[in-house]
Amino acid sequence: MKIALKNVAKTFQTFRAVRGVSLEIESGELVALLGPSGSGKTTILRMVAGLEYADEGHIFFGEEDATDIPVARRGVGFVFQHYALFPHMTVGENIAFGMKVSKNKRSKAEIEARVGELLRLVKLDGLQGRFPNQISGGQRQRVALARALAVDPKVLLLDEPFGALDANVRRELRRWLREIHSELGITTLFVTHDQEEALDLADRVVILDEGRIVQQGTPEQVTRSPNSSFVMRFLGDTNRLGASVANGMADLGGASIAAPALADGKADAYLRPSDLAWSATGGGIPASVERVLDRPDSRRVIAVTDAGDPLEFDVAPEVVVRAGDRGFVQITRAQLFAAE
Amino acid sequence: MHHATGRPPRVGDAPAIRRTLIGLVLITGALLILAPLVVIGVQAFSMGVGYFGATIAHPDTRHAIFLTVATALIAVPVNTIFGVAAAWAVTKHDFRGRRFLIVIIEIPFSISPIVAGVAYLFVYGLQGLFGPALQSADIRILFALPGIMLASMFVTAPFVARELIPLMQAQGRDLEEAATSLGASGWRTFFSVTLPNIKWALLYGVVLCNARVMGEFGAVSVVSGNIRGQTNTLPLHIELLYHDYNSVGAFAAASILALLAVVTIIAKVLLERQGAGRRSRPALAAPIVEAKP
Repeated sequence: MKIALKNVAKTFQTFRAVRGVSLEIESGELVALLGPSGSGKTTILRMVAGLEYADEGHIFFGEEDATDIPVARRGVGFVFQHYALFPHMTVGENIAFGMKVSKNKRSKAEIEARVGELLRLVKLDGLQGRFPNQISGGQRQRVALARALAVDPKVLLLDEPFGALDANVRRELRRWLREIHSELGITTLFVTHDQEEALDLADRVVILDEGRIVQQGTPEQVTRSPNSSFVMRFLGDTNRLGASVANGMADLGGASIAAPALADGKADAYLRPSDLAWSATGGGIPASVERVLDRPDSRRVIAVTDAGDPLEFDVAPEVVVRAGDRGFVQITRAQLFAAE
Repeated sequence: MHHATGRPPRVGDAPAIRRTLIGLVLITGALLILAPLVVIGVQAFSMGVGYFGATIAHPDTRHAIFLTVATALIAVPVNTIFGVAAAWAVTKHDFRGRRFLIVIIEIPFSISPIVAGVAYLFVYGLQGLFGPALQSADIRILFALPGIMLASMFVTAPFVARELIPLMQAQGRDLEEAATSLGASGWRTFFSVTLPNIKWALLYGVVLCNARVMGEFGAVSVVSGNIRGQTNTLPLHIELLYHDYNSVGAFAAASILALLAVVTIIAKVLLERQGAGRRSRPALAAPIVEAKP
């Protein structure tokens, strides 16, 4: 089902958590709400669920205005960060709960069959007799998902679904959630502060800051064409260098790059660690190496330009470089924004 | 005893300190707590089982027992409902004055019961706030059962709420939100999700509340008027017997109250085994048992 938010705002006491957010989620789409803590992403999710009411604006489920429909009748599946499994019920009873309290009565056999089906879907067959404290964190999160799916929700909402899990389980569950989504085709909205998770999982990423949407688009659009220095910085490690723009070219003190979209004057160049290269002989910005960090697939060089700007960049494992070396940093690509 | 030779003892675990401490506590406990209880038992039967039976069977004593049990039968359920409602309101909702409400609930704990009793006198007494109105309507609150119940309820109001608030605060709202998002109504959520997770703490609070209702002396003594055979609860009756120089009778009646206390303590210990009375979230924080599907 298509979900639309129109100018939604929410204030907690004096804190303006969400300020006039409009957003459309197409039917069957998998969308990530990404932002730092306090950016309003969880509040937006909870308003879509009906766990929080919007102070202003409207939320539409398809053509229906759902703004004032209480959570119990809104027909959403909500997955909590800390699972919120009922500790006194078994896995099977947890999954069956939504069907048992539902108005359209189902027979015991029907419910049992559906629980079995959902357990197979989340790959937990045979665990329906366990209690939540007898299974692992990753398994609990899958039970929480099965429980949310059991009521055939119009939309699936996940609040930092993998936040409490360790890195390996998280990666595995991420792939698995993507599979479930393509199998069921259910409209899904999830909240995360983890850039990698948002970019890996979502069809579309909505980036929030201070209660507003700052950019939205496919992972390719937001990573390749960030529309602000905030998005650039938030999505990954960056270096910043001051630049002066003249006649469509930006001068970075030793290197120059094309800047066709910028007016003449001051600008900031943002560079990913992989946008820079190291050369011992010349061409580029003169710099000296302070430290080298060795990582499994690359070497991270921490250097300072002669102008005093710190730079971090990655070079191939076989590049010979050590602390104290002097050389030149070359720029292979950069994002330029007018100076703030 | 368990020190491996040559290893320094843990802090505060030197044998001399340990023996002194344990000895001190045992002696104090015996003198302060155990000895009086033993005296009650011995004195109650000092003039034989027959006299003990006669004292208990005396109409005034029987009425005092009846009054105490009747008070508990009303005050405990009322305070249980109040406690659950208050804990629910305070922990699952945000509203102005939430902290203030918590402070209000705690007041009876910090106020001397006698002050509560006197306060009720001022409110319902003849010279009090509602006194004349109540008298013209011919409603007796003071020196009657309603007054005793009100005073008992005042004193024990915080017991259930105090057990539940920390537990429900630690459990948070996730479970209720999850149940509601799955389509459950408010009542359904309370009975199938909230209540099962607080039941041991709730029972624990009820047991403590009951013990205090039955034993309450100060507040009740002010509002009851001490009318023998009419408004005397068991604790008041014990005092009366004692002042009549009927110490054996007083001890016999006291032994009933002590028996009720022992039953309460046994119930409390059994409940504590079930995890009640602990300030933690027992089921939610249990260690993860790694399970391979």
